[in-house]
Amino acid sequence: MTTEPLSFQDLILTLQRYWGQRGCALLQPYDVEVGAGTLHPATVLRALGPRPWKAAYVQPSRRPGDGRYGENPNRLQHYYQFQVILKPNPDDLQEQYLGSLAAIGIDPKLHDIRFVEDDWENPTVGAWGLGWEVWCDGMEVTQFTYFQGVGGIEVDVVSGELTYGLERLAMYVQGVDNVYDLKFNNDGLTYGEVFLENERQQSEANFHGYDVDGLKRRFDDMVAEVERLLAMQGPQGQALVLPAYDQVLKASHLFNLMDARGAIAVAERQSYIGRIRDLCKACATEWVEQERGRV
Amino acid sequence: MPQLLLELFSEEIPARMQAGAARDLHRLMTERLSAAGLAFEQARVFAGPRRLTLVIDGLPEATPDLSEELKGPRTSAPDQALEGFLRKTGLTREQLTERDGVWFAEINRAGRPAAQVIAEAVDQTVRAFPWPKSMRWGSGTLRWVRPLKRIVCVFGSEVVAFDIDGIASGDETQGHRFLGSGQPFAVRDFDDYRHKLEVERVILDAAQRKARILEGARAVCAAKGLELVEDEGLLEEVAGLAEWPTPILGAMDPQFLDLPPEVVRLSMKTHQKYFAVRDPLNDRLAPHFVVVANVEASDGGMALAAGNARVLSARLNDARFFWDEDLKTGFDAWLKKLEGVTFHAKLGTMAERVERIAALAREIAPLVGADPDQAEQAARLAKADLASGMVGEFPELQGIMGGYYLRAAGSADAIADAVRDHYKPQGPNDQVPTAPLTVAVALADKLDTLVGFFAIDEKPTGSKDPFALRRAALGVIRLVLENGVRAPLRAVFTLRFETIIRQLHQQGRAPLEAAVEGLRPSIGEVQADQAQRAVTWTDRSEGFAVWVLGEADEKARDLLAFFADRLKVLLRDQGKRHDLVDAVFALGDDDLVRIVRRVEALEAFLATDDGANLLAGYRRAANILKAEAKKGPLPEAGAIDLAALTLDDERALAVSVAQARTDVDAALHAEDFAGAMASLARLRAPVDAFFEGVLVNSDIASERENRLRLLMQVRDVMGRVADFSQIGG
Repeated sequence: MTTEPLSFQDLILTLQRYWGQRGCALLQPYDVEVGAGTLHPATVLRALGPRPWKAAYVQPSRRPGDGRYGENPNRLQHYYQFQVILKPNPDDLQEQYLGSLAAIGIDPKLHDIRFVEDDWENPTVGAWGLGWEVWCDGMEVTQFTYFQGVGGIEVDVVSGELTYGLERLAMYVQGVDNVYDLKFNNDGLTYGEVFLENERQQSEANFHGYDVDGLKRRFDDMVAEVERLLAMQGPQGQALVLPAYDQVLKASHLFNLMDARGAIAVAERQSYIGRIRDLCKACATEWVEQERGRV
Repeated sequence: MPQLLLELFSEEIPARMQAGAARDLHRLMTERLSAAGLAFEQARVFAGPRRLTLVIDGLPEATPDLSEELKGPRTSAPDQALEGFLRKTGLTREQLTERDGVWFAEINRAGRPAAQVIAEAVDQTVRAFPWPKSMRWGSGTLRWVRPLKRIVCVFGSEVVAFDIDGIASGDETQGHRFLGSGQPFAVRDFDDYRHKLEVERVILDAAQRKARILEGARAVCAAKGLELVEDEGLLEEVAGLAEWPTPILGAMDPQFLDLPPEVVRLSMKTHQKYFAVRDPLNDRLAPHFVVVANVEASDGGMALAAGNARVLSARLNDARFFWDEDLKTGFDAWLKKLEGVTFHAKLGTMAERVERIAALAREIAPLVGADPDQAEQAARLAKADLASGMVGEFPELQGIMGGYYLRAAGSADAIADAVRDHYKPQGPNDQVPTAPLTVAVALADKLDTLVGFFAIDEKPTGSKDPFALRRAALGVIRLVLENGVRAPLRAVFTLRFETIIRQLHQQGRAPLEAAVEGLRPSIGEVQADQAQRAVTWTDRSEGFAVWVLGEADEKARDLLAFFADRLKVLLRDQGKRHDLVDAVFALGDDDLVRIVRRVEALEAFLATDDGANLLAGYRRAANILKAEAKKGPLPEAGAIDLAALTLDDERALAVSVAQARTDVDAALHAEDFAGAMASLARLRAPVDAFFEGVLVNSDIASERENRLRLLMQVRDVMGRVADFSQIGG
């Protein structure tokens, strides 16, 4: 590592600048809770259809079951991913990616960078792709995927997707063992000062707080809403797939909350996931039609 | 003779696919070249993280010229036929020759340049490559395991020029991603290629990479007075992850060594692909690990080792979290959780399976010298750890964690051991448990699996054995044989099948109506009707009971036949003659220990002079009986009319056979198989003498009848020991 390691926010700024210079639209986080940056419509929907697309953004990820009350140095129920999507993937995507690591201070001659097989799959959105986990000195710092399908539909053009785990990467760059010790900025603020209390409260709510019956009711409501919205038409006669997809995301988050509460019996699990996947597929099918019409 | 050098350079190929891809590349290319008529001296393949390389020596410049004669229509045939033939061959009528009223065409095909054939072969190979999983990239349509970037194709000293989906062949490749020059470079031939790659920090040959890793890893350990814990599977994998593998010793926080060593090793191996390190002084894990890096870091690997150590700590922290949580949670909560875990849609939950195993373990316990209460208790706990956090994370630790957690909870060692080892033996080389309690639970576990899946007709077929039933059966066989467990398997099976079929029916999981219809031909109309009524109306009727018994009996036979096959495979692997196994199996015994003893005694007997001669006598007797049976019905088996015996030799044989029968029966009853064989051995001399001095086919009917009866008796008495007709050679 060269000079002073980057703070958490400077790491984000560096990645944004790097990918912004490579033609990516720098988007902001999506304002619905998601379990992974991939679920942002800028990735999951834009990966469908024939139109080229380049974007990068930070996305908070919510994984209610991963909360540890702020007591585990590596696990969080709320953390950040930096997401890049390039469609079609450029020929030198690996080299561009390695360039981004260099930009944040990881020297590949000093560290061990590896591309380790990982066939990525997200059953709830029916998405899959082939690629790698990128390891830096044995730590997974990025998920590198060539999208092959979304919502059960094979993609027209392959997107390259990079998902950086920002906290892990920052811990690595800064050489700290506890996520809460991360330097958030260069003004003495730590990650713990920003997020520790949030982890404590959210963990308790996730594991013991939420009203399970309420979650189930809301899940059913969201599901009904998706079907209603998809049956409606917008000003140009199109189905309301974007708002419908928002409701799918909400349903998915409600499912994750129920799961963290231990309210999903093993037998029900597949049926819940199946319902979300079907809704997602309905949105994807509609969206890809609309996109193909927009060429 | 020119050499072909082909390199398919791509983004990182999954380690587990590399060896298979090398074999496929070799096979597909050589098959295509041979089919096109290109012979060669030698073909070699290499696979690594970013490249598949094929080098073929001693290829000709071109395929041989070919000449063949094609037979056409008869000269008397209508003109259309001739025109068709001319069109097909591209010749004119003057170029044909006529022989015996038939047109012949001689076609000469000039050889094709090898380069052309190679280009086609590469194109076809790349487009149809059998990757276990492949992908598209960018806007293209080609599929490869990961994006294909370059193709080197040099034949002789020339580039074989072609283009596959926009990738042009050439003579340039690249070296190591980080340690190389970063510039593409041209290669002339294989030696040049291999040399330049090495300069560019790429070791082409996986075997060489493995050797380098092993040597380096041992050395970094030895430098600290430590020993590498070798692991062939891991070595294979890491050799596929680095083009310039460099082992580095890292240190870990010693506090983690109080976790079970299996947890530490597995955490290192599965998550991090590190080798574990042993301290030779106390033969325990040392607080170190070996990571195989893909770089030779400019600081000697300091930063890299520190980074890896940090990651390992995080991983082991996770493991410790599971360990602590599991200790807090405990068996009652896990057993409760198993009620919600499906074992198989038709066979119910894990909790139901546990109940079955517990009942079975109790039943088996007396057969293996275990206490029934303890066996039931151990079986009830055996599957609990499947619901623990640690086994959720590391499924390979099933059983092992159960053992640790039971010991931590103060359970008796025998019970903890039984839970720990009840999955054993897992493969043909795995150790077989011997502690009675463990044997009881291990047998119950495997038998429940076998009976369950046979009950729902999920039997292995061909290479498909999704529930590993062959392994389970082999496990039972080895447990039984190596512990000398005496059990009438058929009765054991039938009872279990009865229970499970009844349960399946009561829970409405088995489509019984269909099953009954399927059985109609084999159980007869009356019974089938009865069973059908039972199924449709009530399961308490007598008809239902009859049907269940019939079904259980059928399945038990089926499973026993499956065991027989597995036992044959096992004995064959131990070098026993499979015809002897058949000869003993034909007797219908279901006690594995007895079967094997009999095979052994038979083998020893046939190796003696008496045995070999008696076998010849047996065959002679059997052949005569077979031949006579063709002429007309053989006399009914029955007592010999001693008065009708005219010759000394036949009288002697009659006495000997009678004696042998008494002796053999006594010996068999005492399971003294060597004794039974010895009794048979005493038949050899009288049998030989009989064939020497007696003509079976006497003109006197009573004599002939008597002699045939005598031969039948010889056959039958020998048949009590083994079915000698199954013995070959």
